[in-house]
Amino acid sequence: MEEPLAIRTEKLTRIYKIREGKGRRKKKRELVALDRVNLEVQRGELFGLLGPNGAGKTTLIKILTTLLSPTSGRAWVDGLDVERDMREIRRRINMVSGGETSGYGLLTVQENLWMFAQFYGLDRWTARRRMDELLEMVGLVDRRHTKISDLSTGLRQKMNIVRGFLTDPRIIFLDEPTLGLDVGAARQVRSFIANWLKGRPDRTVLLTTHYMVEADELCDRVAIIDHGQVLACDAPARLKRSLGQEAIYHIRVSLLPSEATHGFRLIEGVRQFTPRFHDGHVHLDFILREDDVLTAVVDRISRSGARILSLEKREPTLEDVFIDMVGRGLTEEHPEE
Amino acid sequence: MRAELELWVRAVIGRAYPRIVGATREKSWLFFDTVLPLLGTAAYVFVYRAIGAPEAYIGFVVVGGAMTAFWMNVLWSMSSQLYWEKESGNLGLYIAAPAPMMAILLGMAVGGLFYTSLRATAVILVGSLLFGVHYALGDFGLLLLTFFLTMAALYGMGMLFASLYLLWGREAWHISNLLQEPVYLLSGFYFPVRHLGFWVAVAASFIPLTLGLDAMRQLLFPVEPTLGFLSVPVEVGALAGLSVLFIVAARYALEYLERLAKREGRLTERRG
Ligand SMILES: Nc1ncnc2c1ncn2[C@@H]1O[C@H](COP(=O)(O)OP(=O)(O)O)[C@@H](O)[C@H]1O
Ligand SMILES: [Mg+2]
Repeated sequence: MEEPLAIRTEKLTRIYKIREGKGRRKKKRELVALDRVNLEVQRGELFGLLGPNGAGKTTLIKILTTLLSPTSGRAWVDGLDVERDMREIRRRINMVSGGETSGYGLLTVQENLWMFAQFYGLDRWTARRRMDELLEMVGLVDRRHTKISDLSTGLRQKMNIVRGFLTDPRIIFLDEPTLGLDVGAARQVRSFIANWLKGRPDRTVLLTTHYMVEADELCDRVAIIDHGQVLACDAPARLKRSLGQEAIYHIRVSLLPSEATHGFRLIEGVRQFTPRFHDGHVHLDFILREDDVLTAVVDRISRSGARILSLEKREPTLEDVFIDMVGRGLTEEHPEE
Repeated sequence: MRAELELWVRAVIGRAYPRIVGATREKSWLFFDTVLPLLGTAAYVFVYRAIGAPEAYIGFVVVGGAMTAFWMNVLWSMSSQLYWEKESGNLGLYIAAPAPMMAILLGMAVGGLFYTSLRATAVILVGSLLFGVHYALGDFGLLLLTFFLTMAALYGMGMLFASLYLLWGREAWHISNLLQEPVYLLSGFYFPVRHLGFWVAVAASFIPLTLGLDAMRQLLFPVEPTLGFLSVPVEVGALAGLSVLFIVAARYALEYLERLAKREGRLTERRG
């Protein structure tokens, strides 16, 4: 018999009905959070969903973890239908979200973990053995008797991670697991995930993120999602290679008059252009059809009176892939929010 | 089958644990939760003494005062439990866990029951000593059964309320407020429910505490049999019926709630 895919969705769609306004003026509006999404995740994969805020990542995870019903379309987890076989799916999965506040502040790390293990029917010894191993892996051993109300955000999230992996799920869902963590803690969480999978080739991880580095570093394959639609799905290296001949330049300039930025898009051969203000300078990212276009760009900058502080040609990142497809960055404010 | 049962039991114990530990870790609560009900009880004791009510009324009031603790626990803690679990980000994890929600909800009830029992015992002990209550306990087994069934029905109702409150959200607070005082009156915390008249007493009997209190008082103070509403066996039977009714209703309410919330996207808090 053929092993089923770890995750499969078929034209998966979720529409939220939103009530807007107050009192009598209430109006109902429909918001398409997922739009006919087709995905196939192989067993053993570390699969990433990369997309900006509001793209529909959490919605997809909620459907796959049986917390939300699809409006139409279907989804299978470990070969089981999310609407029909909920009970069985729940035995095989677990999940962790970024900024999660689960558990009870009065209990210690160990007590909280034990409590959640009970809901999965883990016996004391199995729970204890896995807890020891996982706490060690995330570096939380010396905090096992700390009340969780006394933990920092980073340590709290490490505990959440341990909670999710404690049940040794066949498929684990991680919804922006490094959200709000400092660089060091985020790196530790990422390397934990990679290490955990290393010894367990039949386990599957579905991870969402809006950090392109995370998707790039960690994931075997990445689906790029925006406005509820999957725009591309492939290995990070191949996604980046899809930019082909295009040249990516990062130019830092001193004060650029804001009206000057508008003109860049008009230059023949400029495929995408995003300005960003950071550290008192203007950072300009260009995706150019070819290197030769750079001359026109530089010419325009100097005519605007700005001074070029640095200019660098970059290797394409997943963010460039995203920008190339939708014309804005991953972390820019969502226009609807 | 055995694995199912084991999961059930583990889930109940797992969820009861935080409440039980909470009771021992925050001891200051025990003090306040004992003193305040005692004050209310004392007020009634002095009124009854002043108007020269039969001495048995003093015992009534002390037992009633102790049992208010359970009512408060069900009304304010148990009913809003799922709502708080949602706010604090636990509900989604509870629902997505393989253990049935009924087991987790029962664990909350057991934890609350344990915690409240400590308070109720303290009220009974201190109140009895302070006001010199004389008990004339006949059938201890029947008293225990009555208490157990009262709690099953009361916390069954709490489990049902928990689902309904989650559906109604903040509006539920008003319902709790609305229910608190009338129930003090109707369920006869501080006087025999029989004085309300037969039909009002029947209506009040849907609050499990009413019959439970009445039966327990009859068992504890058999010297004044005329004060009882119905006979003890009838009341015990009715309590058993109420327990089944509330627990079954809670189960279906929970199932309905989960389905509805999944459809409307209200099962978990929206973040980010
Ligand atoms: N429960 C809900 N009710 C109504 N709209 C929602 C709900 N949850 C999410 N949304 C909306 O659906 C869209 C997708 O949200 P979400 O799945 O949380 O995206 P992401 O996780 O990628 O940031 C957003 O526009 C969001 O505002
Ligand atoms: Mg999200």
